[in-house]
Amino acid sequence: MAQGVDLILVLAMLLNFLVLGSSRLRACIRAVAFQGVLLSILPLLLHQGGLAVHMVALSAGMLALKGFLFPWLLLRTLRDGSMRAEIEPLIGFTASLLVGAIATIVAFLLSSRLPSLPSMTSSLLVPAAMATLLISLVVLVSRTKALTQVLGYLMLENGIFLFGLTLVQSMPLLVELGVLLDLFAGVFIMGIVIYHISREFDHIDTYHLTTLKD
Amino acid sequence: MLLGVVLVPLVGAGMAFLLRSNRLRMALLIGVAVLHLALVISCWYQQPTSLLGGWLAVDALGRIFLTLVSVLFVCAALYAIGYLRHEAQRSNRTFVGCLLGFLATMSLVTLSQHLGLLWVAVEGTTLASAPLIYFHHNQRSLEATWKYLLICSVGIALALLGTFFVALAGSDHGGGQLSLVVSELIRHAGRLHLPWLKGGFLFFLVGYGTKMGLAPFHTWLPDAHSEAPSPASALLSGALLNCAFLGILRLFQVCLAAGLASFVQELLVAFGLLSLFVAAVFIVGQSDYKRMLAYSSVEHMGILSLGVGLGGAGAYGAMLHAVNHSLTKALLFFVAGNILLAHGTKIAAEVRGVLHRLPVSGALLLGGFFAITGAPPFGLFLSEFTILNAAVNQGHMVVAVVYLALLAVVFLGMGAIVLPMAQGQPVPRTTGSSHAGGESGLLVGAPLVLLVAVLVLGLYVPPGLKEALTHAAQLVGGVP
Repeated sequence: MAQGVDLILVLAMLLNFLVLGSSRLRACIRAVAFQGVLLSILPLLLHQGGLAVHMVALSAGMLALKGFLFPWLLLRTLRDGSMRAEIEPLIGFTASLLVGAIATIVAFLLSSRLPSLPSMTSSLLVPAAMATLLISLVVLVSRTKALTQVLGYLMLENGIFLFGLTLVQSMPLLVELGVLLDLFAGVFIMGIVIYHISREFDHIDTYHLTTLKD
Repeated sequence: MLLGVVLVPLVGAGMAFLLRSNRLRMALLIGVAVLHLALVISCWYQQPTSLLGGWLAVDALGRIFLTLVSVLFVCAALYAIGYLRHEAQRSNRTFVGCLLGFLATMSLVTLSQHLGLLWVAVEGTTLASAPLIYFHHNQRSLEATWKYLLICSVGIALALLGTFFVALAGSDHGGGQLSLVVSELIRHAGRLHLPWLKGGFLFFLVGYGTKMGLAPFHTWLPDAHSEAPSPASALLSGALLNCAFLGILRLFQVCLAAGLASFVQELLVAFGLLSLFVAAVFIVGQSDYKRMLAYSSVEHMGILSLGVGLGGAGAYGAMLHAVNHSLTKALLFFVAGNILLAHGTKIAAEVRGVLHRLPVSGALLLGGFFAITGAPPFGLFLSEFTILNAAVNQGHMVVAVVYLALLAVVFLGMGAIVLPMAQGQPVPRTTGSSHAGGESGLLVGAPLVLLVAVLVLGLYVPPGLKEALTHAAQLVGGVP
């Protein structure tokens, strides 16, 4: 069981690098979706003492949203908006990977210095959460396409979810479902806005969203 | 009763999407707004029972903010009738539906006692209000909507991380776990793990501070508040910012009980002064009058943060200031809407002679300007003075001097923009405007009522309100 958890966490961290290093928007969407699928298995593995309805519902919700609905929505937006599927980052791909590596090291250092945590199945959980959080911020800042920013937001959400797994026993179901619902509505509205951006501006590069300033 | 406060607007929102006629939808908007206000007023006379095991309850703090939301919503609904008549010929389905959804989520924020539910509600307000900002369907509003959605969503995601930190602070590693209900956290404050709680507060401050418009996380605010149609701007500035502040205050209560008073208070004072400074810098020489009002909101959120951070009498001042600011800012956004309808431009330099062309709106603009900058005898003078007094009495002379100096800069900066707009010679119309001239009662009625209210609050605070504000201030470290 513990090995399975570690394997999933390592894979999730590797997917961070795939998002940083890939120039194809489609590949990035799929990578984030796969990360979502992996994470949705974790609550079941981490939960001690049998399968609770609570955990199954949460996993199923995560799997449906992050694994299937979101990538489908984003890929459809990409196709309908007839936008170019290459990413032009502000920071080059090699540099991004380097920043990602540094972020991962920082995450491991940070999590060894954190104040005491509840006992956990895997010692990789908090470093993986931190690394995903930090790399998602890199993606949010350095990628200028509106669609990649949504991907960054989803990665941020994944990182926070990983962190929340340290509390897997105690978060009420209602709150978890509320979070998922908000996430769903958020990505849905973002998809609509991106569609409008691509029609109004003929591109989804937020680099050009600079009319409003002081 | 509490459930009604949330469900009535929610059901109304659902109905708005089903109804077919614009006229019916406007009637629905008014009906729900009035019913909501009636429910909220009844909460003042009879303490409603808490629901869901204490997750939903109304306390002194929540009641003040809930009442503000409800009162402003009625004003905005009435104003929206007059405003949309000039502004839009198309369907108002999304606008009315989202406005009602916005009311439901804001009500939920004020009633949530559980930090997780609070988070869900705050994120809900972002999603319900984003389509309101995109009302005009042009490039500028699109840009504002995108910034609002993304920056606020990322900010609020960090607040979720903060919520997890607080949950960790309340777990004793042996399987025991405090629930995230504020009153329970306060009761067991001694058992909380302080480093995690501190981290949690920092993330709350960054997360909900983004939504509240505290500098340096305010970058989305001027865009969103200036591009949204005026009834929505009034709600965003007057009601939503308070709700986000309430999110910070909930954890602030817990930190006070856990003995972290000096840590959290210093943070609030620092962010308050920084917001005041940034707002003052951007207000001076601002060319767009709606942006100027948006930056003024950043300024006043700074003052709220400063007041609560000072504690003591400052907390009471901050509560009074929240009431005054909401009423005044809504009034000013309504007036700005009238000016925009008549002149068809948001550039302050192209608007001259409002007093001449729109006498009532012009007078309201001047009144609102003096009120918002804290000139006597308006309510904001009283609340800003209370906060200044608290700073001086506690010996924070540097804070007091900086605060006063920045208020003076804002006064001069806004005066240089607003006074020429109100007076001066009307310029001949260059841009086409949809407004046939004249001011309908609906367009000036709501702001007029608000101005009278702010004036009355400056001269006389009713004992009932004073008592409620004192109770609320006591929850956040105020002493009477």
